[in-house]
Amino acid sequence: MSKRGIISKFFSYLFLIIAAVVFLSPIFIVLMNSFKSKFHISDSPFTLPDEKTFEGFRNYTQGVAKTGFFSAFGWSLFITVFSVAAIVFFTSMTAWYITRRKTKFTQILYYAFVFSMIVPFQMVMFTLTKTANILSLDNPVGLIIIYLGFGAGLSVFMFSGFVKSIPIEIEEAAMIDGCNPVQTYFRIVFPILKPTAITVAILNAMWVWNDYLLPYLLIGSEYKTIPIAVQYLKGGYGSVDMGAMMAMLVLAIVPIVIFYLTSQKYIIKGVAAGAVKG
Amino acid sequence: MRLKKYFPIFVMPTLIAFIIAFVVPFLLGLVLSFTEFTTVLDAQWVGIQNYARAFSNNDFKNALWFTVKFTVVSVLTVNIIAFLLASILTKGLKGTNGFRTIFFMPNLIGGIVLGYIWQLILNGILHYFGVTITYDPKYGFWGLVVLMNWQLIGYMMVIYIAGMQNIPTDLLDASKVDGAGKFQTLKNVTIPLVMPSITICMFLTITNSFKLFDQNLALTAGAPSKRTAMLALDIYNTFYGKAGWEGVGQAKAVIFFIIVAVIAFMQLSYTRKKEVEQ
Repeated sequence: MSKRGIISKFFSYLFLIIAAVVFLSPIFIVLMNSFKSKFHISDSPFTLPDEKTFEGFRNYTQGVAKTGFFSAFGWSLFITVFSVAAIVFFTSMTAWYITRRKTKFTQILYYAFVFSMIVPFQMVMFTLTKTANILSLDNPVGLIIIYLGFGAGLSVFMFSGFVKSIPIEIEEAAMIDGCNPVQTYFRIVFPILKPTAITVAILNAMWVWNDYLLPYLLIGSEYKTIPIAVQYLKGGYGSVDMGAMMAMLVLAIVPIVIFYLTSQKYIIKGVAAGAVKG
Repeated sequence: MRLKKYFPIFVMPTLIAFIIAFVVPFLLGLVLSFTEFTTVLDAQWVGIQNYARAFSNNDFKNALWFTVKFTVVSVLTVNIIAFLLASILTKGLKGTNGFRTIFFMPNLIGGIVLGYIWQLILNGILHYFGVTITYDPKYGFWGLVVLMNWQLIGYMMVIYIAGMQNIPTDLLDASKVDGAGKFQTLKNVTIPLVMPSITICMFLTITNSFKLFDQNLALTAGAPSKRTAMLALDIYNTFYGKAGWEGVGQAKAVIFFIIVAVIAFMQLSYTRKKEVEQ
């Protein structure tokens, strides 16, 4: 290799390593501080815990007790899993139907779904909360229905894009062989839709798991999800228990990192595919 | 086909959820922006008075200006750094996947958690100067920019990498043979060919920055005296922080929606134009 090549390689690595340190250090600093006593966090967050400041897992036990972390984790998991399942199951069916049966009504429906993608949450924040209250949807199960409705836009759009690329002859053959539309859809179409289903599931899971405002407004007074539990620590006007806060941040990040490292390939692919379409 | 009678199975569940979670709240929101109300049911028509109050509201004007400035700075920094990282990671160096994994990870962490992570770090740095992040709006502004960079760089980088990997290598070789320098190759070959990725990333960073809420709430919550509140947070504060201002809040939300919609339509027409050219 030429001398210039080696030098350019050296600087590339140098740059990457510096960037990697910058990217990882915030998480490391939070982890480090989660083991320090709460009085030694704000004034010296960049020092390692020593004999004087080390607290073991006390911040964790206190943080978990204060926020009810495990119940928040349970609700986050429950809401995310069932919302994502509902979104993938119902919107893929809808997308297939309105793509395959072109009438004026299904066309209008398609454009309504696409339109909803660009509407920011604040536009419907107040009225959606009131509507959900009136219909008694202000509970975890109701929230799943709300997620299905509010998440339908992007998901229907992505599934429709993929359905258009499936040759209709396959479905016609199934129908001639005696399948009704429901059988055709579940035996033939849905298996073909699987890659898009994974993308849709990942994008929605990231949204629902991390969403703060919608669950806070709808169910926040009775049920906490993880983001609500973290924000709850800040509370009203009192000072924040920094120790508990650090422990909660670590506990909030750990499930995401585990999920990321186990299904990284799908996540990066899904996010890139979603961006290109969305 | 015999699809017609299957409408209830395929479309009804999604449609009902969509009407509850989107159609009704959206239309109700439009109507209510012209009324004075506290609970939706007691609305009194007041014409465009709410809009006049919104535009003469200093908090709103400040939030709008803050949001625009923040968006411009974030879009530039995020995209330049992401592009740089992507061009290094497509050189075929060893360890590329590991670096990509690290840079992308912050994107999966939710906004509330991100906000508190950076509050710890920025307050830790500012502690050396005897101040905190809420001391001066400037600190909050740059704090949000740093946070946004940390969160979005990896995401945009993934999209740029996908775009760069699609450049045929013979084009790059040809420009080398023709004696083009590194900068000329970048300007005349790489950038024009990854233009679709650049467009996608620009609009993703614009909309993400413009609609920022959770990070803003967690990092500064608008302090000092609402001067670091972005549009979404200002709308939230108007609804839930000031009694009797619900109508103005809804009018602000409609204005916010219109700005976001204009950005989205610009993207749409731009992509359409590009597709025709190709």
